[in-house]
Amino acid sequence: MFRPMRDPGAPAAAPLRFTFDGAPMTARAGDTVAAALLANGVSVNRHTPVSGAPRGAYCMMGVCFECLVVIDGVGNRQGCLVPLEEGMRIETQRGPRQAEALSQEIGA
Amino acid sequence: MNRVTDVSALKEQYDLVVVGAGPAGLSAAATAAELGLSVLLADENPAPGGQIYRAVTTTPVQRREVLGEDYWRGQPIVQRFERSAADYAARTTVWTVGRTELMSGGEGFEVGVSADGQARLIDARHVILATGALERPMPIPGWTLPGVMTAGAAQIALKSAGIVPDGRVVLAGCGPLLYLLASQLQSAGANIVAVLDTTERGNALAAAGALPDFLLSPYLAKGLKLMLAARRKLRFVGGVTGLRAEGEGRVKQVVVERGSARETIACDMLLLHQGVIPNVNMTSAVGCEQVWDEQGHCWAPKLDAWFGASVPGISIAGDGAGIGGAESAALRGEVAALEAARRVGRIDEADRDRRAASVRATLARAMRGRRFLDVLYRPAKAFLAPKDAATVVCRCEEVTAGQLRETTRKLGVQGPNQMKTFLRCGMGPCQGRLCGPTVTEIIAEERGVAPAEVGYYRLRPPVKPVTLGELANLPKTEAAVKAVCR
Amino acid sequence: MSQPSKVSEPDVVVIGGGLVGGAVAFGLARSGARVCVLDEGDVAFRASRGNFALVWVQSKGLGMPEYAGWSKRSADDWHQLAAILREETGIDVAHSQPGGFALCLSDAEMQQRVDAMKRLHNQINMVEYGYEVLDHAETKRRLPDIGPDVVGSIYSPVDGHVNSLRLFRALHEGLQRRGADYRPNHPVDTITPENGGFRVVGPWGEIRAPKVVLAAGLGNARLAPMVGLYAPVKPSKGQVIVTEKTAPFLHHPMGTLRQTDEGGVMIGDSQEDLGFDTVVTQPVISIMAERAVRMFPRLAGLNVVRTWSALRVMSPDGFPIYEQSTTHPGAFVTTCHSGVTLAANHALTIAPAIQAGALPEFVATFNSRRFHVPAHA
Ligand SMILES: Cc1cc2nc3c(=O)[nH]c(=O)nc-3n(C[C@H](O)[C@H](O)[C@H](O)COP(=O)(O)OP(=O)(O)OC[C@H]3O[C@@H](n4cnc5c(N)ncnc54)[C@H](O)[C@@H]3O)c2cc1C
Ligand code: FES
Repeated sequence: MFRPMRDPGAPAAAPLRFTFDGAPMTARAGDTVAAALLANGVSVNRHTPVSGAPRGAYCMMGVCFECLVVIDGVGNRQGCLVPLEEGMRIETQRGPRQAEALSQEIGA
Repeated sequence: MNRVTDVSALKEQYDLVVVGAGPAGLSAAATAAELGLSVLLADENPAPGGQIYRAVTTTPVQRREVLGEDYWRGQPIVQRFERSAADYAARTTVWTVGRTELMSGGEGFEVGVSADGQARLIDARHVILATGALERPMPIPGWTLPGVMTAGAAQIALKSAGIVPDGRVVLAGCGPLLYLLASQLQSAGANIVAVLDTTERGNALAAAGALPDFLLSPYLAKGLKLMLAARRKLRFVGGVTGLRAEGEGRVKQVVVERGSARETIACDMLLLHQGVIPNVNMTSAVGCEQVWDEQGHCWAPKLDAWFGASVPGISIAGDGAGIGGAESAALRGEVAALEAARRVGRIDEADRDRRAASVRATLARAMRGRRFLDVLYRPAKAFLAPKDAATVVCRCEEVTAGQLRETTRKLGVQGPNQMKTFLRCGMGPCQGRLCGPTVTEIIAEERGVAPAEVGYYRLRPPVKPVTLGELANLPKTEAAVKAVCR
Repeated sequence: MSQPSKVSEPDVVVIGGGLVGGAVAFGLARSGARVCVLDEGDVAFRASRGNFALVWVQSKGLGMPEYAGWSKRSADDWHQLAAILREETGIDVAHSQPGGFALCLSDAEMQQRVDAMKRLHNQINMVEYGYEVLDHAETKRRLPDIGPDVVGSIYSPVDGHVNSLRLFRALHEGLQRRGADYRPNHPVDTITPENGGFRVVGPWGEIRAPKVVLAAGLGNARLAPMVGLYAPVKPSKGQVIVTEKTAPFLHHPMGTLRQTDEGGVMIGDSQEDLGFDTVVTQPVISIMAERAVRMFPRLAGLNVVRTWSALRVMSPDGFPIYEQSTTHPGAFVTTCHSGVTLAANHALTIAPAIQAGALPEFVATFNSRRFHVPAHA
């Protein structure tokens, strides 16, 4: 999908590690989740709740809601607005979101 | 500037809350803070800049020529804001603005903010909405396929993450931003195999009347130069009358129609763009009256000379008030802030007028030539209201152009609100941002009336997602308890 | 612009194309009447769009047992209405009657409800239907997701729900297929009785018919006196929250919370008498959210997509008004606040009666004369 542009002047920082559907990946610190996925060649990050069609990030500015993913167990998060963090567990958002039954019950 | 990361650290009340940290919001906040108002600037992004100056303080792109000089003009705007005494809440969404009686007495607003899963209501005496523009939806067959994005999305990825589309890239649509992006992506090393221009041939003639004005405008120097440069270096296909993205599971090719001629171009990414329109969700959910802007072919809030909206105490600055570009956005932010300062009693009318005079003069120059661009790049009908019945219009609820047309005809639907109840279009998480303009356009076409007569979705808070748990934790009043617990 | 062929001289003009007007008109069209529906434009005070989509019986009818019976009758007939709509329009309105719960969050609330149910069912002429008073443990057994704050509930097997937007569309599809003449953007200014019929006038022109049915919601208050009727209805604001879609977890409707067949969770329902004010007020929304989260803690993390407020159509005692004008026979008024619950009655009972020329004896209780009872009678 995307690749880092060649820019010799760019500061080289240690990349962050994360997983997408279990696969280990890395990306630049400072990237959003959506940008990190694009940079790793991920084109599909969700399946719609209506027909199950595959979708990928579309606007990158928070208006289209196509970049929805599950982040650390919480569904329907807008990947283009969430900064990537070390160790994040990111998953494809498949259809409608599951209300986090367990975590909530434990918290309650 | 004082960066606030925790909503509980925000003040109970500000003289002015500014929503959006693009050029308009940054200038408004800085101007007001310099005049001594207590100011909060809230923006959902991690860093200031808005769309045009996206990540201007944090971008990994260091080769200045890639993003161009216009981009770096954002630096002094951000620096001025950073020198001011305003509070800045990044990664903070504003999900509602409502009228209220202030604790401190008098009329004001309750601004709902949310950051890191915590919501809060902040009081404001005046609110400036500087929420900017969004790209006009371009619903072609196959635009929902992965691998199809907006041109602006690719630009944001480049500015904020330093990444470029991989493989063969096709750009399609019209408008100055499309050419700008083509040149930016090209100098960043993208392999652009074609730029497909959907500008209608007849537009040039219609725009000719506005040409003299344009020749004196700042657009000429940059815009035209960019376009010519892009044209020289890239494969440029003009007169495009139809587009279709095709592929299984992701885009593989674009089918291009030019009148009766057809061509298929293989690609790995397709970037669409046909201009920008004001993002009316916030301004309209707050209750500001919207009017149809014939020149820009879009809805825009109704404003007075100080960018005051129909709701007293709310001003709208920047592209959210009508498309004018970055320079004008910053200037409009300044004018709006001067009026806010007058309203809260910091400066008097004479002072406000004196300070505004020079800004207005620059603003008039900055707006010159806008009409020419609007007319020249007015999107063609075929790309505003798709004829192909299977084309998805509402991406969230997956409602097609065919369904919209049939329901308009058969059930006598008059406008988007009735349509919404019948087909659920506009009811998904994007709240109609990606389908609203098209739904209006299709109903207008089927009814044989102007879009102005068809109207737009009535929008409701929350304008941005907020969780039930966050709402549950907000303060409650006695009267409200009575209304619910009968 | 294409329009269905216009009926120049309809048998009946229905004023209002919301859920009540739509159901009555659909029923009239099925009874063989040539129907013309006059409706407002795209932005109107329309309870049909803002409603909560319950087909609800429990707790209704305290002070007027006939209303309980009337609601129960509609809930029973709803199966038939859903089948008719499916057959005639191909639209499944997702009607189901799994039984509903009213959840209570304090002992006081529970006591209040139990008492109200007793009083309701002790009334003479009260329709028979079962209900159960459940403690926390039993409620939890049936609704495993409830939170610890739920002290108990009242369950009644007669309650159900539908997809009210699809109902709305199905009624309009049904009307269209039955050849009714639906005219949007046709607000009505006046109705004049003339030669045993009625002349209905608006900025768009006029139309005449031997019968006219007022189903204009809050507009009925103004129109009714023009034909010798009385419908003193007032707006009552109801606020609703709807969340993003989530996987199905709630298989019964609650009085103030339900999961739609599409997956979103709807939360209601407040009542304030604020006139024609449809602004969503934050504190009310917040309390509704808090109660919902206490009922089902797992909801806390769900994003809210929309909140809205709609105006309920309330008569002084909250019960419906069905009446034929005595001074101008042929003019009818039908007005109520539970247009979803009562849709089956409107389509299957009221409409055929209007077509036949007289409302059934058993709806006489809903006559507006009840509002004229002298204070000391
Ligand atoms: C994708 C895109 C790319 C563009 N690229 C260029 C370009 O390269 N060159 C050019 O000249 N023009 C470009 N434009 C046009 C340009 O956006 C404007 O001229 C300029 O940015 C307008 O400034 P503004 O301050 O009005 O709004 P913006 O710069 O858009 O700033 C608005 C800010 O408000 C934030 N916001 C919105 N709603 C909320 C909310 N509810 N809560 C919190 N924050 C919120 C947004 O995230 C954003 O940061 C682009 C437009 C778009 C949409
Ligand atoms: S990509 Fe559009 S909202 Fe994130």
